[in-house]
Amino acid sequence: MFLRSLLSINRCSLLSLVRTHSTTSNTTHFGYDEVPEHEKQARVNQVFTNVADKYDLMNDIMSFGVHRVWKNYFIQVVRPNPEWNYIDVAGGTGDIAFRYLKELNRFHPSSSSSVSPPEPSPQTTSAESSEKALVYPTSKCVVADINANMLAVGKQRSLENNLHDRIQWVETNAEKLPFHDSQFDVYTIAFGIRNCTHIDRVVSEAYRVLKKGGRFLCLEFSQVNNTLLQYFYDQYSKTFIPPMGQIIANDWKSYQYLIESIRVFPKQTEFADLIRSCNFRYVNYENLSFGIAAIHSGYKL
Amino acid sequence: MDRLYGTHKPTNLVQKSILAVGSGVMSILDPSRDDMISIFGETTGVLALKSMQEKMIVDPEGDEILKKRPVINTKTVDLNFLKSLPAGTLGKEYSNFLAKYNLTPDARRPVSFIDDAELAYVMRRYREIHDLTHVTLGMPINMLGEVTVKWFEGIQYGLPMCALGGFFGSVRLGPRHTAKYLNLTLPWIVRTARQSRLFINVYFEKHWHKPLVEFRRELNIVEPPPKL
Repeated sequence: MFLRSLLSINRCSLLSLVRTHSTTSNTTHFGYDEVPEHEKQARVNQVFTNVADKYDLMNDIMSFGVHRVWKNYFIQVVRPNPEWNYIDVAGGTGDIAFRYLKELNRFHPSSSSSVSPPEPSPQTTSAESSEKALVYPTSKCVVADINANMLAVGKQRSLENNLHDRIQWVETNAEKLPFHDSQFDVYTIAFGIRNCTHIDRVVSEAYRVLKKGGRFLCLEFSQVNNTLLQYFYDQYSKTFIPPMGQIIANDWKSYQYLIESIRVFPKQTEFADLIRSCNFRYVNYENLSFGIAAIHSGYKL
Repeated sequence: MDRLYGTHKPTNLVQKSILAVGSGVMSILDPSRDDMISIFGETTGVLALKSMQEKMIVDPEGDEILKKRPVINTKTVDLNFLKSLPAGTLGKEYSNFLAKYNLTPDARRPVSFIDDAELAYVMRRYREIHDLTHVTLGMPINMLGEVTVKWFEGIQYGLPMCALGGFFGSVRLGPRHTAKYLNLTLPWIVRTARQSRLFINVYFEKHWHKPLVEFRRELNIVEPPPKL
């Protein structure tokens, strides 16, 4: 009991540290490792470059396909609307964006024609430096990711799914999106935010690009709320996931990073506080699978 | 468990079982995944490695190898020197072998899943002398040559991966090679493996200058059958 409160104090202080000092602190977490901030991004990049090809297969195997259920439910919570400008950040291989568009097809069939303007703009825009001018989205569905390999896999899949011309692919850092303020009605980020170096900056950036009345939705691994289940979940993660990663993707280390990054991510209430601190209103969360994953939602009002 | 050596990834029994089964299956399904073959060898080879270690300790040259732990890579072996040796010597033939098949001694995967530093070294030594085994036995890199070397290593060391590789690999030989294999190569290699000196005990790096014929005689190897 004392230990748990001690641990929660540690996490709270960690979170306040993240909140108040994230723009000036020198180190951050890469799984259980403590690394200099500028290194985290490079290391995460390396992870996703390595796993991109087998990313979807590994997700299916590790979660026994349950990630599909989570993502389907997530889209139900989003309730896509054809009039919206939608952005999915860290959306690499396109799982969420494809579900969004398919849901639109199902319930609003007349909107399935391409609505992107006929400009010959390049399909992937890369806007890294802050000196470049901000742009407007060229599609009602934008997928942004920092890793080119993941985007490449996503583009290939979009061709196979016949959704290619309805998506604008952007290679960018979630902490600094290349779009003007107030462009989007809905911003989603699924299983991506824990890989970012400064979570608060990502949420602030989400706030910036959302229109007034816009909604921020985050689907992410979170902390399990049941001690017994926590034990089995930990055992399962440590025992199965890195070896499966080695066998299928030839990469033990990336999947070791995965399970560690899940454990160091702030718990549901703390993450909700962080979102509130970025001026979002009506912030709440919903646990999925006993807290293995959680959907956090907030509105810009 | 702590990390016992640089590339060590500590694993428990369940993880090793998953790796063993998974890598075994993947090696068959996708033979180009050489990392799967290495991992299969590491997860199934501990008993064989222990017996190899015991045999190394009782042999003076093997014991020296265990103590000094020599490694074979481009930093420790001077390839230019090997190239300069007279033709027919171990060093020159090895250099020719590497050049002919465009190989480098650096390409061996590091050992990760063996939870003992010395056994991990024995495994590493086994991998690093694989090419030298090819040269000493006079076997090329084609399927027949690889199967032959795997038989040799399987009989001498008892590593399951070698034994299985030799046995099942031969199933995939073409008809011309199968005939040669059954009539000539297999009897020769089995006899050679059993009567020649254990290669893991051979400090190859000390014998670069030796003519291959003499080297083979010292190791009690009968000359290999003629090429097809």
